Amino acid sequence: MNETIFISILMTVVGASTPILLAALGELVVEKSGVLNLGVEGMMLIGAVTGFAVTSVSGSPLLGVLAAMIAGTLAAMIFGYLTLSLTANQVATGLALTIFGIGLSSLVGEGYVGKTVDIFDSIFPAALAEHSFLRVLFGYSPVVYFSIFMTVAVAWFLKSTRPGLILRAVGESDSSAHSIGYSVIGVRYAAVAFGGAMAGIAGCYYSLVLTPMWAEQLTAGRGWIALALVVFAAWRPGRLLLGAYLFGAVMTFELHAKAAGFSLVAPEFLAAMPYLATILVLALISLRKSSGSQAPASLAKPFKPST
Amino acid sequence: MSKSSKYRLELQGVTKQFPGVLANDQVSFAVQPGEIHALLGENGAGKSTLVKMIYGVMQPDAGSIVWNGEKVHVANPKAARKMGIGMVFQHFSLFEAMTVLENIALGMDGGMSQSELETKIRQVLQHYDLTLDPHRVVSTLSVGERQRIEIVRALLLEPELLIMDEPTSVLTPQEVAQLFDTLRKLSARGCSILYISHKLHEIKELCDGATILRGGQVVGECNPRQETSTSMAEMMIGGNLKQIEKGDSREFGDAKFVVDGLSVEGEGDFGVTLNDISFTVRAGEIFGIAGVAGNGQNELLLALGGEVRASVADTIKLDGKPLGTLGTSLRRYFGLCAVPEERNGHGAVPDFSLSDNAVLTARNRQDMVRWGIINAKTATGYASSVIEEFSVKATGPSATAGSLSGGNLQKFIMGREIMQVPEVLIVSQPTWGVDAGAAAAIHQALVDLADNGSAIVLISQDLDELLAIADELAVINEGSLSKTMSVADASIDEIGLLMGGVHGDPVATEKQTEKRHVA
Repeated sequence: MNETIFISILMTVVGASTPILLAALGELVVEKSGVLNLGVEGMMLIGAVTGFAVTSVSGSPLLGVLAAMIAGTLAAMIFGYLTLSLTANQVATGLALTIFGIGLSSLVGEGYVGKTVDIFDSIFPAALAEHSFLRVLFGYSPVVYFSIFMTVAVAWFLKSTRPGLILRAVGESDSSAHSIGYSVIGVRYAAVAFGGAMAGIAGCYYSLVLTPMWAEQLTAGRGWIALALVVFAAWRPGRLLLGAYLFGAVMTFELHAKAAGFSLVAPEFLAAMPYLATILVLALISLRKSSGSQAPASLAKPFKPST
Repeated sequence: MSKSSKYRLELQGVTKQFPGVLANDQVSFAVQPGEIHALLGENGAGKSTLVKMIYGVMQPDAGSIVWNGEKVHVANPKAARKMGIGMVFQHFSLFEAMTVLENIALGMDGGMSQSELETKIRQVLQHYDLTLDPHRVVSTLSVGERQRIEIVRALLLEPELLIMDEPTSVLTPQEVAQLFDTLRKLSARGCSILYISHKLHEIKELCDGATILRGGQVVGECNPRQETSTSMAEMMIGGNLKQIEKGDSREFGDAKFVVDGLSVEGEGDFGVTLNDISFTVRAGEIFGIAGVAGNGQNELLLALGGEVRASVADTIKLDGKPLGTLGTSLRRYFGLCAVPEERNGHGAVPDFSLSDNAVLTARNRQDMVRWGIINAKTATGYASSVIEEFSVKATGPSATAGSLSGGNLQKFIMGREIMQVPEVLIVSQPTWGVDAGAAAAIHQALVDLADNGSAIVLISQDLDELLAIADELAVINEGSLSKTMSVADASIDEIGLLMGGVHGDPVATEKQTEKRHVA
């Protein structure tokens, strides 16, 4: 009995962590290229509603995820065009993208409120996926395995590949990278597009896997947690994985504490915990002396090439 | 092949127009194989724009570039490197948080494994007798070592032409000598070098030919070995060089500004700790502080100006008044003004008008603020008089600081402080990136201020500047100040050695950076 509860808590943690991990991975790559896209929440919502709508119409969750990815990328391209081609302020544009995403997703999702959709079949045989113990390893949606794979892939890409090196260089010093002859704007567009795709997938994880249904502002501010997580992880994918699961655990604790009738503190306080944890973590990080040097040096600085 | 094929590089009527400025106007010159050719000119003469076009960073509007006898279009730096053109930039295009190896890999075009690249780097280092550790992170290296990365990066491509943009502006005399050795070896192997500088004695020592630019046009060609520094300087500025009038027998008053045992803890990872700094400046004296960048000059300026306060009031005294624990406003009130190295953002607010910038530091000494309200008329008047006195090229006191060129903004900032007639003026790098005409004006103003009885502390990396106008001199290295020398009997070699400190000596540098690595 106890083991069953423990396993189900563990699985909820993984479930809650995955979308944050996905969105944060995308944002990590974006920030490594020197761009700060605060529109993660907006891109997630656009991904969530698109994924839900397409799955609802086509009946295929895979098509839904692909559509969410494309929708997230398109939303990111709006941001990219404004900030990279027109050199608009990245902070303001990112905030605008989030507001846009909230509004657009509510509008598009209006007809889908309350509907349900087919969800992913497990990629493992039922004997494993529904086994009382082994399901802790095999009982997840394919998206969860994808997120782990992407963590390793992003870490490897940044550390060991030449395009990864160039991306870091662009984020470190845009003018230097330009003078050596790399296309700063091109690299940043690619990074922003990747960030959008990842946020799109993260968003549709809520509407297709976790709930699975559509409701307004379904992501409930998790995009902001993903943003904080990138800072928390000091722009390192490995620590990002750790941080995402830590935040997932805090969020899950809230659910289970409520379910168990834990009444020492107000339930509102429990609900606020992930956000309080975010603030706490960010405050602690800024106290650390060397944190400044870990951020990409050109982060959020617009780049205008001289011709 | 035509006769032009005996040139490695030939420029024919190259023209480049920027909004409002003709940066290069019909520039033509040629460089032979193995020649070290100087491009000489003041700031803004169009040297950097010209080489950026040769290296493919920018495209010329008209004219052509002929490479080994063939007319070429250099589309981008990658194409330039492929042709065999390497470049070392004035502001290094390095990535601070990455290793030497990663930095070099970024400058290479072919896909090469890290270990292969490392082997090649070690070969080049050995070939040219250079020392550099490929696995060190750039932010822990000295400026000379950073430049070596750029040079190695260029050499790996086995260039036929190497462009050096103001390579010596940040090096110690010993590092300059080392660099010249490398360049001579390169030239002996047939590589042409295009050497951009405004330091005439270096050009005389190193270069075989020179093209002189002024206002974007070629105004002359010469053989530097047959010219004098003065004759080249006059071609460069297109007029007679104004000699600084400094009386030989200047008289100094009593000790005016005394720093005694000033120690300040360094901030952050790369801050330098000031260690027991002591010196005395008499009334009417210019006290020079030499040193290689990053040895505590910034920290010293902040501590003397009041942006960082000392813990003991008596460590900084003006006419006997202890100022050590006071902030900038009170220090200014007592007559201690400071001009930082960074013009935009530290010395002036770029988006503010000149008169607003005047209010920021001159409000108390010039009575610009009454009961918290700014007297705009006084402020504008003061800014106008600074503009006039110091012949600042600006549209007027309402022009923003950011719209001025570096040299003009520097003249304005210097003027703003000097016209307040401070008792003590602390200046850091007053002529950095400023053309020769403006530099001479700034030097003259400093000398005149000293003649009026003020004490001046001049922090500079430019030895020529210190030797020209300072009366006494000390060298700062790793946050400690050397003994005070009289400029009249100081030897360049000794100053150079003091400046180099550990940085001048490769073995000691190794140890020092190791220490920082671990810390």
